[in-house]
Parts: sequence; C-alpha cells; structure tokens
Amino acid sequence: MAEVTLTIDNEKVSAREGQNLLQVIREQGIDLPTLCHLDGLSERGGCRLCVVEVEGSSRLAASCVTAVREDMRVTTASDRLLRYRRMLVELLFAERNHVCSVCVMNGNCELQSLATRFGVDHLRYEPLYPRLPTDASHEKYTIDHNRCVLCARCVRVCDEVEGVHTLDIMGRGVSSRIINDLNQPWRASRTCTACGKCVQVCPTGALYIKETLSAHVEKRPDLPRRIVDARKKRVWNS
Amino acid sequence: MNREELESLALGERERASRFSCRFLCCAGTPCLSAGGAAVRKALEKAVEGKNGNSSVEVMGTGCVGPCSRGPLVTVVTPGEEEHTYEKVTPQAVPEIVEAHLEKGVEAASVPSTVSRDSSFFTKQQKIVLETSERIDPERLESYVAQGGYSALARALEDMTPEEVCEELVTSGLRGRGGAGYPTGIKWKQVRGAQGERKFVVANGDEGDPGAYMDRTLMESDPHRILEGMAIAAYAVGAEQGFVYVRGEYPLAAERLGKAIRAAERQGLLGDDILGSSFSFRIRIRMGAGAFVCGEETALMASIMGRRGQPVPRPPYPAQRGLWNAPTLINNVETFGSVPPVISRGGDWYSRWGTDKSKGTKIFALAGKVCQTGLIEVPMGITLREIVFDIGGGIPGGGAFKAAQTGGPSGGCIPASHLDTPMDYESLQELGSIIGSGGLIVMDESSCMVDVARFFMEFCMDESCGKCTPCRSGTVQMVRLLEKIKGGRASAHDLEKLEELCELLKATSLCGLGQTAPNPVLSTIRHFRHEYEAHIEDRHCPAGVCSMPH
Repeated sequence: MAEVTLTIDNEKVSAREGQNLLQVIREQGIDLPTLCHLDGLSERGGCRLCVVEVEGSSRLAASCVTAVREDMRVTTASDRLLRYRRMLVELLFAERNHVCSVCVMNGNCELQSLATRFGVDHLRYEPLYPRLPTDASHEKYTIDHNRCVLCARCVRVCDEVEGVHTLDIMGRGVSSRIINDLNQPWRASRTCTACGKCVQVCPTGALYIKETLSAHVEKRPDLPRRIVDARKKRVWNS
Repeated sequence: MNREELESLALGERERASRFSCRFLCCAGTPCLSAGGAAVRKALEKAVEGKNGNSSVEVMGTGCVGPCSRGPLVTVVTPGEEEHTYEKVTPQAVPEIVEAHLEKGVEAASVPSTVSRDSSFFTKQQKIVLETSERIDPERLESYVAQGGYSALARALEDMTPEEVCEELVTSGLRGRGGAGYPTGIKWKQVRGAQGERKFVVANGDEGDPGAYMDRTLMESDPHRILEGMAIAAYAVGAEQGFVYVRGEYPLAAERLGKAIRAAERQGLLGDDILGSSFSFRIRIRMGAGAFVCGEETALMASIMGRRGQPVPRPPYPAQRGLWNAPTLINNVETFGSVPPVISRGGDWYSRWGTDKSKGTKIFALAGKVCQTGLIEVPMGITLREIVFDIGGGIPGGGAFKAAQTGGPSGGCIPASHLDTPMDYESLQELGSIIGSGGLIVMDESSCMVDVARFFMEFCMDESCGKCTPCRSGTVQMVRLLEKIKGGRASAHDLEKLEELCELLKATSLCGLGQTAPNPVLSTIRHFRHEYEAHIEDRHCPAGVCSMPH
C-alpha cells in the first residue's frame, strides 16, 4: 500500500494511504482523547473529542473518521481544541446524573479520567437532572441510564462482535436511550446471550456486573480488539 | 411510447381542452384545500351539472397559483375573454360565479373579489419551475404532456449524450436548491464519473424548515416535472433506480407522486426502454417518519435503506459511496424541477436569469408579517426589498419592517438596513444567513429577536438526532441560556457562554444540522445585539414579547 507523508504537530510522519488519522496520531505517542472510539469496533464519530485542526479546512475533523492524505498538516492540541474538548466533557456531565462517589466505576471511569485531565472541577452548564430508570432485571448485569454517555460502544460490540444486535438506541436528541430489543426489560430479551461484552466496553458505570462493590470494577475495553484479532489473525494475546 | 406518440398525446389533450366553452380551474394545493377548496370544487361540479349541456364545461383541479393566503382560488377560463381568478371562494358563492360566467358571461359582481394578475405580486415574479403549475391537473399525465411535459426527456434521450446533458447543466449554472447551493452540473459529472456497477438517483423532498413549503407545493402541483427531471438525471449519470424521499407529513404529495409514477410507467415514460430508447429507469417513493434530520443527505440515505435516520460522517460523499455503497446522486426536488426547462430551452437560456454566480430562479415561501403571503418564484439576485414590498405588498397595518428570516433553523435574519441585499447565495452568506431551501419569514417590530432565536434553537434541539455530543447536549444548554435571557435572569456572562457554545457547535458537530444550528442565534446577536443587552442589562424586552420580572 502506498505511503503518505503528513505533518502532525509540526512533526513529519509517514503513514499508509487510507489509514485513519486517529490511529496515526496515536502511533506517534500522542494521547488524543476519545470516548466513542474503541479498537476493534467500527468508528462512530459521535463524541467529537478527537477533533483536530487540518490546515486549509475551515471545519475541524474528527480524526477517527478522517483518512490520512499526502501533505496533510494536522494540529492535535491547540488552545481552541483543548477548550472545545473541555466543553464537550462538561456537556456530557450536565446531560445525565453522574455521581462519582456512588458509582461502581469510581476511579476507573473514562469520563471521570477525561474530567480530571481537562481540569473539570465544576460545571459551567446547568445540569439537566433527567429522571432516568435503571434496568436491573437481568440476572447478571445492570444498565443504569443515569451514567450513560451514548457512545454506543455497547450497541456496536453487541452487533459487530457478538452478532446478536440486542442493544440499540431509541428516541432522539437528548432523549436518546439505549434499549434492549424493542425497549423491553433486559430479562425479557430473547436475543441477549448474556455474554457481557457490552459491560466490558462501557466507558462509565452505565453497564456493570451485579453485586460488584463500588470502585472495584475494572473493565476490559480491549476485548473487541482481541476477539477480532483472534478470529481474523488467529492470535490470542492473553 | 415514442416521441411522435408523445407529441400526439399532447396535441390530443390540447384539443380536448379547447373544446370547452368554459373551464373552472380550482387550485388543489394544500393551502387552498385546507381553506375549503375541496368543498368549493364539489359545489362547482354540482352547479355546472345540467348547465349548458355540461359537456362543454370543465371543472378541474390544478397546481398552486401562488397567493396562498387568499385561497381557495378559482380561475375561470373562457376562450376569447379575460380570465378571472376569484379569491376566498366559498361553496355559497359558487352558484353565482357559475351563473355569471355561463349565462351572463360577466364577472360575478357580488363575489368578494378577484386576484389582479397585473399586481406586482405576479408581475415581479419570473416563473420557470412553476410556469405551468396552475394550468396542470397534477393527477393527469396528459395535462402535463400538453404543456410540453416529457419533451425535455425525449430530447435528452434522442438528441443528446449523457455527457452533453451534464454539460448543459454546467452551462446553466444551476445550483442545488436544497440549501447548500452546490453546482448541479458538477455533481452530476462526479456521479457519472464514479465507478460502480449500479447507481442511484434520489430526490430529496424531506423539506422541514418552519414556514417553508416550496417542495411540498412542487410535488403536489407538478409531480411529473420532478419525475422527468430525475429521469434526465438518471440518463446523465447512468442510474436505473431512483427514489423520491417524501416528508412523512406530506401525504398528498406522496399520493400524487404515486399516481404520477404509475401513469408514467403505463405510458412507457418510466420503466424499461423509455420512449423507445434502451434507457430504463424506475422510481420508488420512500416516506419519511417525522425526522427533520433525514433531510440531511447521509441520514436520508440511511432512512431509505431502512436504517435509523442518522447522519454519518462525510467523506465519502454520496457521489462516491451512497445507497448500498453505490454512487448516488441526491438533489432537492426543486433542483430536479429546474432540469426540464434547462434541457428543453438550453443552459444558456436558463443562465440569463440571476446573478453572476447564482443563476436562474428560486422559489420562496413568503410568510409572516407581510400583506401578501404565498409561494413565489423570482430571479436570483432580486432584492429583499422587492420581495417584501413589491411582491409581498409591505407590512400590514402600516407596521415597520424589522427583519426577514431566511434559511429556517440553519439560516439567519436580514435586518432592515440590508433590505437592498440581492438574494443570492454569496450575498446572504456574507450577512450571516443563507438562501437555504427558500423559507422567508418577514417580521415587524412586534417580534423579539431573542424570542426568534429561542424558537429556532428549540427546533434544533427537538430535531437533533443525538448522535454527536455538541448538537445533542449543546442545543439543550443553548435553549436554556436563551430562556434565561428571555426571562430577565441572565448576566453578561451567560451571553458569553451562549456565544462560546455557538462556536463549539459550528466547529465540532457531525452534520449540517448541528453545524448550522447556531446561525439564528449568531445572526440575531450580530444584527440585534442591543436587544440581547436590553434583556440582560435593563431586564427589558424592547418588543414586549418576553415577560420580565418586576
């Protein structure tokens, strides 16, 4: 495959044609923040945290859904980008009811880490405090919509890796919600295999295994990548 | 059917029409129907029964006439005599109209009033797309053919190569009428040049801007024109399958398009070997289900394919990879409606109208605080002043013009100081607005611009699909901030926050909906900052719309 040369934060970088920009940026050791992206799953381009400046373009580009091009000049961390990312994290916190102190993922949560990283110690936006349910009907897992960031990793892993498509999204805008089958209680799902992959990829405490103690959960977001590699390349790195 | 048969069909229909001694043309667009047009038509049919041997009198439904707020409209055509268009016709007034025309041969005196065709509402317009709308029965193919319908398709298929068709569109300077204004000919060439075993043509009829009904009217008034435009496009790009995506709230448009498709298929104007050529093309209707975002082309395609109507990042553009990964041409229905005249009269002819960069005519839905509302078609580059004061007749009640909102929730407002701005893509963009799909809402001094901004922001919040963070969550925060300002509870800091969110949405949203959602806010801040400041600093709403704390 043809090589292309591009510039990332003033460094010349070579990449394979058609490679996605996020991947190339990360290969340079730059820790570009993401939330909806997960190795091994299709790209969604929804969280917008990985936006970068591309010279000559008036719009920012979400690097996870942008292909590298010859002579591209990319900036990954301007003041403007850092400000936008912080605002996006704040918007996510204002949107649902994120109470870290009582959350099973306290200390291991990706949203919490992003907040720490961007110095979000208070909210400048009015919290919406929506009334949202928790579905604990499944024998092993719970989904707590109060903590969901709508990254749809669970939806994609369920569809693309487990292949059952139990999970999907209903509603629109700020009322969007993850559902089981046709918005049925999880226990009633005829398609769910109880594999738990959705729980492992969830970046927050929205999906968790029952009877786990607060701050004792560690998830396995690397699972999709490993499963996909195992199937395609026949390698399993445990 | 071949070209000769098409011509004889046209001839036969024209002959049939000329046999009537009197014809009553009832506007059958949604505005006239909702004002009671169906009852008027029924009363007319009943009244002419048995009169004058009734076979020489015809009552027929037609496409839109234009002055929608004055409906139901009935035009009486008597050969050799002046035409009369009666406005606000009621079933009670019908016997009198019929009697006056059939027996006395004069204008009915006591019927409220007639619409004058010499008024600047009509004389300032330039109808190309809507040229034949009010003469066509939208439910009869023959009626469209009699007005020269499908002759452009015949011309393209027989006399032109697909490349020549694309070239003609480039020459015409026609740009996408859905809002973005992308040059149509260039788009066609891209789809033509794209590699793919099969290709698709899609007409976007998912119009959704508040106050806009250009596309609905066109689909209801002249469905065959859209089908013909699509067929020409399909020939040009090499597609065999097309879709018309009709907004779910437009059942009448879908019904008439459906009838038109079946009629065209029966006559061999759609389907296999069209007009005796080797070109085949089929069209199917897809109904929307009430999501504004499905007007965005990638979401629209997802919806056609039966998926959740959500945008996906571009590139790849539909021209490269669209429906089922095949190269797909998507144009607005008004763009397709402009195609037949471009082909039959030539791109040079079409480009005589408009400005240097914005050619041709544009349909606007004129609404709001203006004396004469309705559907108008004007040459690009006409000034806003001409539209509002000449065509629209100015502000009712002697009020003062304050601003006009164009482009719906993606557009902005044009203040009185810019009334002489030419209406073209570039000039409006400079002012912080857009031509958009053609909604034009006139406001007078009784409108509060903060309230207007909140209305459009709330619309975007309700219509956000929820896929990307800035649009899903940002629009909610912006509505809250605008409500705070409206309620006299905001500080200068809140205005800063609002402007910062505008910047975020513009820069980081995934699709056009989120990227342009801040426009109404930004343009009202730009042109009416003093109103925002009055709300914040003086706790006072200059227009007296917002209720403030005492």
